[in-house]
Amino acid sequence: MVMTAQAMPALMPCWSCKGPVATRALFCSVCGAVQGPGPIDHFTRLGLKATFDVDLDELEKQYFGFQRRLHPDRFAAKTPKERALSQSQATALNEAYETLKDPLKRAAYLLELMGHKVDLTACGTISDKSLLMEQMEKREAIADADSVETITKLSAAADTDVLSCQCHISAAINGENLDEAVHLTIRLKYLVKLAEEARTKKSRLTRQAR
Amino acid sequence: MSDDGLVMLQLCEPGETPAPHESERGAAVGIDLGTTNSVVALSFETEVEVLRAADGKALIPSVVHYKDDGEVVVGQAAREAILESPDHVVTSIKRLMGRGIEDVKSLAGTLPYTLEPNPDGGMVRLRVAGRVLTPVEISADILRAIKARAEEALLGKFVSRAVITVPAYFDDAARTATKDAARLADIEVLRLVNEPTAAALAYGLDNSVEGLYAVYDLGGGTFDISILKMEKGVFQVKATGGDAVLGGDDIDHSIAEHFLSQRKVAVGDHPISSGEVKQALMTARVAKECLTSRPSGEWMIEVDGKPSLHTMTREQLESLAAPFVERTISICRDVVEDAGIDVADIQGVVLVGGSTRMPLVRARVAEFFGRPPLSNINPDEVVAVGAALQAEALTVGSDTLLLDVTPLSLGIETMGGIVEKVIPRNTPIPVAMAQEFTTYQDGQSAMAIHVVQGEREMVDQNRSLARFVLRGIPPMTAGAARIRVQFQVDADGLLTVSATEMTTGVEQQVVVKPSYGLTDDEMATMLRDSLVHARDDMAQRLLTEAVVEAQRSVLAVQSALSVDQDLLSADERQAIDAAIEQVNAACAGSDRDAVTQAVDDLENATKSFAEKRMDRGIRNALAGMSVDRLDGALGGGE
Ligand SMILES: [Zn+2]
Repeated sequence: MVMTAQAMPALMPCWSCKGPVATRALFCSVCGAVQGPGPIDHFTRLGLKATFDVDLDELEKQYFGFQRRLHPDRFAAKTPKERALSQSQATALNEAYETLKDPLKRAAYLLELMGHKVDLTACGTISDKSLLMEQMEKREAIADADSVETITKLSAAADTDVLSCQCHISAAINGENLDEAVHLTIRLKYLVKLAEEARTKKSRLTRQAR
Repeated sequence: MSDDGLVMLQLCEPGETPAPHESERGAAVGIDLGTTNSVVALSFETEVEVLRAADGKALIPSVVHYKDDGEVVVGQAAREAILESPDHVVTSIKRLMGRGIEDVKSLAGTLPYTLEPNPDGGMVRLRVAGRVLTPVEISADILRAIKARAEEALLGKFVSRAVITVPAYFDDAARTATKDAARLADIEVLRLVNEPTAAALAYGLDNSVEGLYAVYDLGGGTFDISILKMEKGVFQVKATGGDAVLGGDDIDHSIAEHFLSQRKVAVGDHPISSGEVKQALMTARVAKECLTSRPSGEWMIEVDGKPSLHTMTREQLESLAAPFVERTISICRDVVEDAGIDVADIQGVVLVGGSTRMPLVRARVAEFFGRPPLSNINPDEVVAVGAALQAEALTVGSDTLLLDVTPLSLGIETMGGIVEKVIPRNTPIPVAMAQEFTTYQDGQSAMAIHVVQGEREMVDQNRSLARFVLRGIPPMTAGAARIRVQFQVDADGLLTVSATEMTTGVEQQVVVKPSYGLTDDEMATMLRDSLVHARDDMAQRLLTEAVVEAQRSVLAVQSALSVDQDLLSADERQAIDAAIEQVNAACAGSDRDAVTQAVDDLENATKSFAEKRMDRGIRNALAGMSVDRLDGALGGGE
């Protein structure tokens, strides 16, 4: 991990040897004690660049690498304080991993970091008329599908919609069209839901056909 | 810290359990705490030794005999006492771990116990030999016997820590109960590991190809099937299923009935005596075992001087066993289908449980999964073997890391009895997640919080884990309060829930224990009772902990001195060295207060040194210097 010249790293006293330690450091470089999770964003925590285009293999590699060093199982023989700190570190890593792994959560999180909050929990009402119409039509088509063949096609189409929406989000964020990106992220939320419905129906029909 | 304070601390903060001294910590074993039998094993450099009794037996029957004179007997001797004094003997206690009286109704008729009504709700209680006992205390008695067995097998080596296995479907209450039982037995739980995961570890599947594996576990009284997914060193339980009252014992009964009907023909029709039933069952077990390796056999049953001769072929045995085996296969089919996977995608099948020795079981499992099952490790011992490997990995260290996920979703009851999920199933643990809720009445001052576990949408279809009330919400209009409910699950899958009212800045936290767990008071009392004769041990343990902590402080100061000693004048340095000497001297003695006092003095002696070090760090950072050193330990992931 290369430190860029940007901000000066914030310092905190190490809980163990009381000397200075960077807030984002995992271990004290003087006494070696594990530190608590610093107030850093999920990308930094996993040593990744803050971008929507996260390489999932890289994400996993980083996540497992950090967990190997910080998971409570690594501290089973250490003092209670160190075990508690490793537990908070592992919890923070899991949160970062779960957020960045999922394109929808990742988009919303990144936009929030960039100062554009996306409210994914606001359920029900779709304020965008055309999105609403599109959703209703597609949902109906899935509900009406009664053969494995039809639902397989619909499910594949829904998956394609999800992927293409992700591409658009990436382009919008990289082109700094953040309002557009927020709009697309809300759209992605509904597309993901639709794709899930199609998948569930597909496995149900496939099982019935067996 | 008082003993009670220690108890509270452990219950509330799973990460804050005290650790005994490294060098005096004793062996770390793997324990399969089973419904019918338990097994204990020890791994040394990944060679596992199953710890056996002097007669070579590995299985310790999970049976406890509470004698009238207060003596507690566990194992084979307890099992033999069942017929003479059934009301003094407890079997299958694992079925009741973390269970409330409501849960047990569904097991009615299958439990040979008298349950004690408990007006306060909570975990069921048993009336045994005039005593009232919780499943936690009874399990603790089994664990004490296991620990004694291990220490005997290890020629008196002290056993203090263990990995204990639990069924994958065990909920939070049952896991907590298991951990509580271990604490009563004075065993530090390094980690609770799912039984199917332990079986997979025993076969080294953590180092094999990524993909899906099935674990088929047919014990004496229970059947479990689990589908595991192994991906990048992470085991996930994809699906589980089973039958809590189906096992090898059913097959034994079926054979015994067959023998008894033959006997009626041989010695003439007569009312069957309990002695004959006992003999027939014993003969049935022998016959089942024999026919594993031979095509046929002959056995004699003799009761009241009336002998009868019984022959049986393997085919006859298999036709008696077939209905039970078919039932397990049909459960396998359901579980595979529910998981939405294809049997052909399963890359390996592991056999667990003594009943999987039957050739019929192996043949049917191989046929259903389309591949021969892994069976070269003794199926009675495979779970303990995996647990022992994990115990060694945790204490000595290893490259593989076992990351677990939540087996079931955790949520909260909202309006209309609908469950709002806070932590979905299959979330990697440890995890902390929070959700905000609000009041739905003007001026509402309290909010009932009901924590449930399960996948269903409605509260009553899930398992209730805990209820508590957040009080003292300041008067506000409906919907204005913001109540943040935080769920925390530690690496063992144990849950802590707290609630906070956010708008007023007044934080209120309630930490809950599962409804069917023991209260802190109960646990404290039990610990005290169990430690009545172990006062000195406890004091010794607290001293050891203080010494470990003191030694860590000294090492930290010495590390600091090695990099920044130029900040100190000769006098200052001398004062610090003297304080270190004090700590070392106190550690050599046996006065815990002296140790903590010396550590406090060392902290005071190094106060200005610490300030100077912080100042230097900040100056260096401002000058753009030494950033690498301060940040040097960030790394990871490489
Ligand atoms: Zn330090």
